[in-house]
Amino acid sequence: MIELKAIRKIFNQGQPNEFAALQEVTLEIEPEKVTVFKGPSGSGKTTLLSLIACMARPTSGRIFLSGREITSLPERFLTEIRRKTFGFIFQQLNLIKGITVLENIMLPAYPNGEKFSAVKNRAMRLLEVLELTPKANSKIEWLSGGEAQRTAVARALINNPAVIIADEPTAHLDTKLSMELVGTLAKFKEDQKTVLIASHDPLVYESKIVDGVIHLRDGKIERPST
Amino acid sequence: MDFTLSSLLRRKGKNLALVLVYTLIVFVLASVLFFTHAVRKEASLVLQDAPELIVQKSTAGRQEPIPLRYLEPIQRIRGVQSTRGRLWGYYYDPVVGANYTLMVPEKLSPKPGNIAIGQGISRTRLVFMGDALEFRAYDGALLQLQIQQIFPAASELVSSDLILIREEDFRSLFGGTADYATDLSVRVRNPKELPTIALKIAETLPDTRIILREEILRTYESIFNWRGGMMIFLLAGAILAFIIFAWDKASGLSLEERREIGILKAVGWETSDVLLLKFWEGTIISFSSFLMGIIWAYVHVFFTSAALLAPALKGWAVLYPEFKLTPFIDFSQVATLFFLTVVPYTVATIIPSWRAATIDPDSVMRT
Repeated sequence: MIELKAIRKIFNQGQPNEFAALQEVTLEIEPEKVTVFKGPSGSGKTTLLSLIACMARPTSGRIFLSGREITSLPERFLTEIRRKTFGFIFQQLNLIKGITVLENIMLPAYPNGEKFSAVKNRAMRLLEVLELTPKANSKIEWLSGGEAQRTAVARALINNPAVIIADEPTAHLDTKLSMELVGTLAKFKEDQKTVLIASHDPLVYESKIVDGVIHLRDGKIERPST
Repeated sequence: MDFTLSSLLRRKGKNLALVLVYTLIVFVLASVLFFTHAVRKEASLVLQDAPELIVQKSTAGRQEPIPLRYLEPIQRIRGVQSTRGRLWGYYYDPVVGANYTLMVPEKLSPKPGNIAIGQGISRTRLVFMGDALEFRAYDGALLQLQIQQIFPAASELVSSDLILIREEDFRSLFGGTADYATDLSVRVRNPKELPTIALKIAETLPDTRIILREEILRTYESIFNWRGGMMIFLLAGAILAFIIFAWDKASGLSLEERREIGILKAVGWETSDVLLLKFWEGTIISFSSFLMGIIWAYVHVFFTSAALLAPALKGWAVLYPEFKLTPFIDFSQVATLFFLTVVPYTVATIIPSWRAATIDPDSVMRT
C-alpha cells in the first residue's frame, strides 16, 4: 500500500517563477493493482510518480510505503528504497548508449554488491522472457524501437521490484508496440506487482488490465475512480 | 570495474586522446628526470677515481702553467700520499669546428708520434686506427700524429672528445718547457684531512688555487640540475597546456555524461557509487598513462640513450658522445611525478561528477 497525505510540491520556491506542481494531493494506492494517472501535460503526473518513487521530496505532506513514512528518510535510504522497491520505465527510455543491452539491464543491480555472475544470470533470464537473447551483446543504438522498449522493461525488472513505475510508456510507440507494452504490463499484474502508469493514451487507461484511473489537473486530483 | 571499462571504451576517441597527451607529458618529464639523474650519477662515479685535490697556479685570477718545483713543498705536507704534474689542454680543430681535450696520461702513454682518441673524434673526423691526424702547433708548424687506439664506446661519456698524447708531442704542440705542468694533482691518505691539507698548500704556495674533487662534483650537479631545471621550465608551458586540456576533458562533463549520471541515480545508484565509477575511470586513465609514460621514458633514456633529449641536455657542442647510461632511478622523483600527475587528474575527474551526482535524480524524468 502506498499512501500520500496532503502532498505539495513547489518548484523554484520564493522566486518569481515559483510553480506549484502538486497541491494537497491525498490518495491511497492499492498494492498489486494497475493504477493510471491521467491528465493533460503539466497536470503533475510525472512529479507525482517521482515523489512516490523517492526521486524527489515533497515540499510538504507525507508519503507512506507499506506503512513506513519515507519522506523524512536520509538520501541514502531513499536511494536503497528506490533501487529495491521500484522499477522504472521512462518516457525517453533513458538507456545508456555505447554499452550493450545486457550491461544496461544489469546497471540497477551493480550497487547491490551481488556476485556478477548471479546478476548476469538473472539478466539473461529476463532477456529470454522478453525475447531479447540474440540482442544481449548488441549496443543500444542498434536496437529497434520495440527492442529498446523491452530492454527498458528488463532493466526495470532486474532487482525484482514490488512496484513498476512507467511514465508515458507509449508516448513514442506505434499502436502495435503500445499493445505489446500493455501485454507486458498485464504480465506484471499477474506476477502480483503494483503498477503505476502516467499516461494520457486511451490505449493504456482504457485497457482492461487497469484497475483504477486517477485524473489530475493543475496539480490536483479531479475525480478518483476505482 | 567491468562497467567502468565498458564505460571508458564508449568514449574511445576522447579517452585515447587523453591517454596519449597524458603519456607524452609523463614521458617527457620522466625522461628529463631519469636522464639528469643518471648522468649526475655517472659523472660522480667517473670522478670517484679523480684526484682529491688539484693545484693550479693563478696570476691575476687566470690559470697559467705551474712550475714542477711546487711539487716538493706539497709532498712534504703530512698526509699527502702522492703528487704529480698533469699536462692537458684544449685544441680547436677548425676542420669540424670542435674542441678536443688533450691529455698526457699518467701511465700507458702512447708511443712517440701516436695518439689515442675518443669515439666522438673518430666519428666526426672520419678517422680510424692507423690514420693520421694533423695538428697545427703553437709555432705554426704542422704536426702529424698517428691514431694508435680508439677508446671503447663504454667510456664515451668522458672520452668522446678526448685525445691521449705523449708528453713530448704535447710540448711540441703547445710549447712550454719540461719544468712546467698545466696543474698538479694531489692524492691524500685520509679524505678527512683534505681541508687541512688544502689550507696548508694555500699557505705555503699563496699564488695557487686549490680545487677539491667535491667542488667539481658540485659543479656537475649544478650544471645538470640547471639543464634539467631549464628543461622543466620549458616543460612548464606544456604542463600548463596539459592541465587545461585535462581540466577541460575531465571536468567539463558533457550533457550526455550529466544525463547518464542522472539515469544511474534514478535507477538506484548512490552518489558514492557514481563517484566510485568516476574515480576508477580517472584512475585507469591516469595510472595507465603514468605507467606507459614512465616505461617509455625508461626505454628512451636507458635503451636509446635519450635520443630525443640528448642534444638539449648533454651540451657538447660538436662531439656528441654516444653512450648507454646505466639505469639509475630515484624513486622519490618518480613518486613526486606520480603525485603531480595522477592525483590532480583523479581529483579533476571526481569533483564535477560529484557536483552532477548530487542533483535530484528526478531530472531524468523530465528529459
